[in-house]
Amino acid sequence: MTGATIDRRSAAQLAAGPKAGAPGSGPSLLLRGLRKAFVDVRAVDGLDLEVARGECFGLLGPNGAGKTTTIEICEGLTAPDAGTVELLGLNWRTGASELRQRIGIQLQETQFPDKLTVEETLRLFRSFFRRGISVNESIETAQLEEKRSSRVGGLSGGQKQRLAMACALVGDPELLFMDEPTTGLDPQARRHLWDLVDRLKQAGRTIILTTHYMDEAERLCDRVAIMDHGRVIALGTPQQLIATVGGEDIVEFAVGSGEPGVEHTIVNADMLRAIPGVQSLSVDQGLHRLSVSELHTAVPRIFTVLTGQGLHLSEFRTHSATLEDVFVRLTGRNLRDE
Amino acid sequence: MNSLELSSLYQLTMVRFKLILREPEAIFWIFIFPILLAAGLGIAFRNRPADVLQVGATTMQLTRALAADKGLSVATMDEASGTHALATGNILVLAIQRPDGVAYKFDDTNPDARTARLLVDRAIQTAAGRNEAVHAQNELVHETGSRYIDFVVPGLLGMNLMGSAMWGLGFSIVEARQKKLLKRMVASPMPRWQYLASFLLSRLAMLVIEVAAFLGFARLAFGVPFRGSLSQLGLLCVLTSLAFSALGLLVSSRAKTMEAASGLMNLVMLPMWILSGVFFSASRFPAAIQPLVRALPLTAAIDAMRGNMLQGMNMGQLIAPVGILLAWFVVPFTVSLRIFRWR
Repeated sequence: MTGATIDRRSAAQLAAGPKAGAPGSGPSLLLRGLRKAFVDVRAVDGLDLEVARGECFGLLGPNGAGKTTTIEICEGLTAPDAGTVELLGLNWRTGASELRQRIGIQLQETQFPDKLTVEETLRLFRSFFRRGISVNESIETAQLEEKRSSRVGGLSGGQKQRLAMACALVGDPELLFMDEPTTGLDPQARRHLWDLVDRLKQAGRTIILTTHYMDEAERLCDRVAIMDHGRVIALGTPQQLIATVGGEDIVEFAVGSGEPGVEHTIVNADMLRAIPGVQSLSVDQGLHRLSVSELHTAVPRIFTVLTGQGLHLSEFRTHSATLEDVFVRLTGRNLRDE
Repeated sequence: MNSLELSSLYQLTMVRFKLILREPEAIFWIFIFPILLAAGLGIAFRNRPADVLQVGATTMQLTRALAADKGLSVATMDEASGTHALATGNILVLAIQRPDGVAYKFDDTNPDARTARLLVDRAIQTAAGRNEAVHAQNELVHETGSRYIDFVVPGLLGMNLMGSAMWGLGFSIVEARQKKLLKRMVASPMPRWQYLASFLLSRLAMLVIEVAAFLGFARLAFGVPFRGSLSQLGLLCVLTSLAFSALGLLVSSRAKTMEAASGLMNLVMLPMWILSGVFFSASRFPAAIQPLVRALPLTAAIDAMRGNMLQGMNMGQLIAPVGILLAWFVVPFTVSLRIFRWR
């Protein structure tokens, strides 16, 4: 696939969007020219980002895109090879101890001691902060009241993740980092955690999260940066990004010619592109993917083309365009491909 | 919440303390095992029969002469069966009547055999009419403090302090690193030194219980003596525990897995189990390796504790082992603070 409509320049314009005003109202997070290489891979390869106060910002990308490295550089856990990191107007070299007091962190895979209770764990983390909310408040916020005296080892995955959130919140942080907060959770636990993030957003906190779930980014984030190979390949609100796909709906189908042994049949692309409302077309292993703006008129015409060629459908589905489609359009790969 | 509840050092220490107490295996190894071991050794070496040495003689005349000594238990046997009895350890010395006098057959590398040879010779010479040139009489002293259990209790105490400090610190730290808990801790505003200090503090709290239980048992069950100052003995225990905690910290400062940590831990502790004189005196090792043996922290700890408990020595007299222990605390602690891997 060629000609990504969002190039680096327009991404940079979007990044410059948030207001830069009086001191104290500057961006919560400012990254410039960030680079980090590990032995065998360039994990972050020239990254610029700006996150405004009160914004919920998502870093979206497949595994290995550099999301975790980026967020850990922001959290002061990994030192970048090059570039500047500024949080709340401070940096890690000179303002580390103040920053630690003012940010909250939820890491991707922390196992709290199994034999401590929820309350004991939170009391421990609360003691690290000069100011913050009470242990009770954090338990209420994370809706762990019933589990207050339970040992961590007996909590479900979702409860453990809410405990991790509560630990990130006890210091009443201005800026909250969450690295893949719902990975590995069941759908109900995910929705539960999303509600929690919603409440935190409403309270006006700046939230920066990474995820490889499209729906999560669409549901939670004011703005999203799509990352691939250590770079930002698209940046904007979920709606802006989805609009770049060209149509509001996606039609996917595969056809069979009826001849045995022929696995993938390819439909004449020009005939499909000629259909009014079809914005773009891609074919991957026999699966045709069209972005379509007038679904109700385009679909009957697609059927007409197919029957005209004597082909029958072996697969057909449509869905509203999502960030997943943005990623596929930009990289030619699915997000969950590893 | 009061101010203590808000103190991170207090919270960290309490958490460590709770985690230890909630681990049943740890409780066994720290509290129960040393007491069982002391009890076993105490029973094995209790009421050692007042050293009656088994000897043999080839003639009735020699047998009568030897029977006069109460320290000897004698049997008559011919030379062939006597040699066999020697080889199987049933007797220590065989006195053989020869035309020109008496021959003693014994293993001179066995201290008991050497003693038996002296007694046998004395009994035979006396029976033959030898007179003592100098009049001598024995004043016997039977005191606690010279028994094996008295010797081994300070050794077990030192070994136990080593084990609990090293395993306790090493495993918890490597586990926290493996579970990314260390990383989470340093992502919070927690002062890093407090995390390490909390291990030392909780260790010291455990120490009080551990040492009191073990020594209390040794005192009540075997009447092991405490000749030196108890507070100085306490200080020695604290110092020993700090030195081994620092060593445990060093061993666990880089290891990423339990397997690596436990291998390293055994590598560090094994030489001390063997060389440091837990069960027998370290001075039995050859002079060539004595400087090495003396420099080991466990040797220093056990020497100091024996000095205090058995000989009633004060700190001034124990300056050498105390200095060695201090060095083993300061150097590994400083090094591990520098190389510690927080993630």
